[in-house]
Amino acid sequence: MIDFVVLALLTIITASTPLVFAAIGEIVVEKAGVLNLGVEGMMIVGAIGAFAVAVTTGDPTLAILAGAASGLVLAFIFGFLTLYLLSNQVATGLALTLFGIGFSALLGNGFVGQTYGGLPHLDIPILSDLPFVGQLIFGQDVLVYLSVFSALGVTWFLGRTRWGLAVRAVGENHDAAHSIGFSVTLIRMGAVLFGGAMAGLGGAYLSLAHTPLWVENMTAGRGWIALALVVFASWKPWRAFFGAYLFGGITIVQLHAQGFGVDVPSQILSMLPYLATIVVLVLISRDGSRARLNAPACLGRSFHASG
Amino acid sequence: MTDTPRLELIGITKAYPGVVANNNVSLKVMPGEIHALLGENGAGKSTLVKFIYGVQKADSGILKWEGAVTDIPNPNVARKLGVGMVFQHFSLFDAMTVEENIALGISPELAKSGLTQRIIDISTQYGLPLEPDRYVHTLSVGERQRIEVVRCLLQDPRLLIMDEPTSVLTPQEVEVLFQTLRQLAADGVSILYISHKLQEIKDLCHTATIMRMGKVVADCNPAEETPRSMAEMMMGGNLTPPERTANAALGAPQLIVKGLSVIASDSHGTDLKEIDFEVRTGEILGIAGIAGNGQQELMDVLSGEVLVDDPKSITIDGNSVGGSGPNRRRSVGMAFVPEERLGHGAVPQMSLWENAFLSGATRMNLLSNGFMRIRESEDYASTIVEEFRVKTPGIANVAASLSGGNLQKFIIGREILQKPGIIIALQPTWGVDAGSAAAIRQSLIDLAANGAAVLVISQDLEELFEIADRLSVICEGRLSPGRKTEDVNVDEIGLLMGGVANDPITEAAAHAD
Repeated sequence: MIDFVVLALLTIITASTPLVFAAIGEIVVEKAGVLNLGVEGMMIVGAIGAFAVAVTTGDPTLAILAGAASGLVLAFIFGFLTLYLLSNQVATGLALTLFGIGFSALLGNGFVGQTYGGLPHLDIPILSDLPFVGQLIFGQDVLVYLSVFSALGVTWFLGRTRWGLAVRAVGENHDAAHSIGFSVTLIRMGAVLFGGAMAGLGGAYLSLAHTPLWVENMTAGRGWIALALVVFASWKPWRAFFGAYLFGGITIVQLHAQGFGVDVPSQILSMLPYLATIVVLVLISRDGSRARLNAPACLGRSFHASG
Repeated sequence: MTDTPRLELIGITKAYPGVVANNNVSLKVMPGEIHALLGENGAGKSTLVKFIYGVQKADSGILKWEGAVTDIPNPNVARKLGVGMVFQHFSLFDAMTVEENIALGISPELAKSGLTQRIIDISTQYGLPLEPDRYVHTLSVGERQRIEVVRCLLQDPRLLIMDEPTSVLTPQEVEVLFQTLRQLAADGVSILYISHKLQEIKDLCHTATIMRMGKVVADCNPAEETPRSMAEMMMGGNLTPPERTANAALGAPQLIVKGLSVIASDSHGTDLKEIDFEVRTGEILGIAGIAGNGQQELMDVLSGEVLVDDPKSITIDGNSVGGSGPNRRRSVGMAFVPEERLGHGAVPQMSLWENAFLSGATRMNLLSNGFMRIRESEDYASTIVEEFRVKTPGIANVAASLSGGNLQKFIIGREILQKPGIIIALQPTWGVDAGSAAAIRQSLIDLAANGAAVLVISQDLEELFEIADRLSVICEGRLSPGRKTEDVNVDEIGLLMGGVANDPITEAAAHAD
C-alpha cells in the first residue's frame, strides 16, 4: 500500500512540475502588466525543442537549455509584436499558441515514434535512501528541483529586490513608472522572455521526463491550465505552486480512479482537471473587487511613451 | 543668494506634430527662489518641466545647471543633479506600500538599508507625517502627496518642481505645504511652482514667468500683481468674471434626495451615508469636498448609472426615480455633466452631432419611429456650437479632437439646451482654462436665473463661492447640511472638507434642520 502511495505521489509531482514552470513564468509576465496567452504555444515548442536535442545529442543539459531557448524565441516574437509594434496582446497571444502548435508539429514530424531514456535522477546521498520520503523528495530529476527553486526565487525577486519592485511597478502603473525613469518596454520585454523560457522548461519537462517521447499536441491544454492557475493564485508564486500540485493531483487521481475501475465513464474523469479549473475560476471571480485588488492594474494595456 | 542661477533655460523649443509646445522659452531660477510658472492649459508648462526632469527631449535650446551647460537625458540623471519633481497626477503605485513607492523613485544606493528610519526622520523634520508600511490605496490624497514630497526630500534636492500641488488639498493642508516649501527655500532649495491658483502664487512665490501658447509673455513679481492682472497676462485679454444676476425667486424643490445610503461597488470607493439635500428651482447648490470623498459615487447614483433600492430616496420634480436609469431621469427633466469628458460626457470617436444626438434624443425629439432624425440632430449640434462659442471646424469633427475647454463648453451647452429642470455638474471647469471656465460658470448662473435647479459638485472652492447660493461639504460619504454662501467662509468649509469632527456650527445646523 505504501508503495502504491509513494508511486501515486511521484506521479503527482511529475504531472505538476510542467504547470509550476509555466504558471510561475506567466506570473512574472503578468506582474509586469503583459497578458501573454501564448503559454500553450511556448510550452509545446519548448517540448519539441528539448526532445529534438535530446534524441540527437543525448545530452540532457543541452536538451533542457534547448527547451528554454525555444520558449524564449517564441516569447521574443510576442514581445516584439506587442511591446514595440503595440499589437493587441490577446490576439497576439492566441496567434502565438496556434503558431506554436502548428510549428511544433512540423518540427516534430521526424521525431514521431522515437523515445528518450528520460532525465537522470539526482539522488541526494543518504537522504534519498530514507524510507518513504527518500525517493519522493530527494530522488528527483534536476527540473523538479529547479521548479521548486523557481517558486522560491520568484517570490524573493518580486518581493525583495529592486528589480522585482520595478517589474511590479510597470504592471501597476506604467505611466508613473515611466515618469520615475524606468524603461517600461525593456522591463516588460525581460519579463516576457523569462516567461517564455519558463514555459519552454515546462514543455521540456513534458517531453523529457513526463512522457519521454514526442506526440503531436502533447501539452494537451496545460498552457491554458497554467494561465488559469495564475488567476487562481492571485498572482502569488507559492499559491501557484500549490495550485499546480492540486491540479496535478486531480489529474493523477482520475487516472488511478480509472485504473481501479470506478464506475464512471472515463471521459468524465478526464474532464475533472479542466472542470476543477472552471469551478475555481468561478469561485474566485465571484468577488470581483478582490480579484481587482490583486490583479496588476495595467494588465494587458499597451504602453507607449507618447510625447 | 549667489549670482549663478541654479537653473537657466535658454531658447528651449519643442514642437509636436501640428503644435509648438515651447517656442524659444528662456527662464532663470535662483537658489532659494520660489518661482511660479503660469499659463493656461496648453501653454506649454508641463512640456517645459518634463524637459527639465528628463522625461522629454527638446528640439533645441540650452539647459544650464548652476552655470554649466548640462544634458538631462532621463529622470535618473535629473535626480542625481538634485532635481526633484512632484507630479500633478501622482506617480504612485496603489498596490504597494509607502516605503516601496519611495524606494522605486530614488536612486538604488539611497534605497538600501535604513530607508524606513530616514523616511521617518525627514517626515518629522518637515512636519509631513507618513507611515512607511501603509498601502497607498488606503491613504488620502493629501497623504499621497506627502509621499511624493518626502520622496523628493530624501534626495537632498536643489530644485524642486511642483506641478499643481494644491488642487487636491484642503486649505489647511495647503498651509502646511506652504510652510514646508518656505522652509525649504530658506535652506537654499529652488522651487519651480506650477499652479492655476493665482492667489496662492501671490502668497507664496517670489517671481513668476507667464507663458502663453508656448512662449514666455511676461516675467513679474506676484506680490505686486493681482490675481486678475496675472490671469489677464495669461489669457492675453480681459477676463470677464461671471456675474450674478439678482437672485431669482426660489421655487419648489426640483431634486430631493432623502436618506440615501449606497455601498460603493469598487473596493477603493467611498460608501454614501444617509445623504439628504434638496435643490430648488432658481438655486445653485454647491457641494465641496476633496476628491475621493464620495463625489463620483454621488454622481453615479444621481445620474442613474447606479440604481438604489428605494426609488423614493431620489425624486425629480415629484417623480420617484431612485430605481430608474438615466433615460427615464432625463425624460423627467434631469441633465448631467460628468467629470470625465472623453468617455463619459462624450464618445471620443463619434462626431459632435452624434454626441448631441446621444444625450438629446428624448428631450430634443430627435427620434422618429426608432430612426435618427439626422438633420434635426445636426441643427441641434450647430446651435450648441454657435450659442456656446465652441471652437471647432465643424460638427462632423469627432469629440476627441476638441480641446478640454471647448469640449466642456459643448457638453454643458448640449445639456442646457435641453431645458432641464435640474442639471448636475461634477467638476464642470476641471482642467479648463480661465476664459472657458468663466463662460461655463456664467451659463450655469444664467440657467438658474431662468428657473432651473443647478447642482455643482466641485473641488474648486473659488468656483463654488463664485456661483453657489448654498454650500454643502461631502466628506467620507457624508454630506454636511447646506448653508448660505454669504454665511460661511473658506476656512469653515476647509475644516469640513478635512473631516474635522464635532464642529459646533455644523452640529447646531444639523439639529436646527
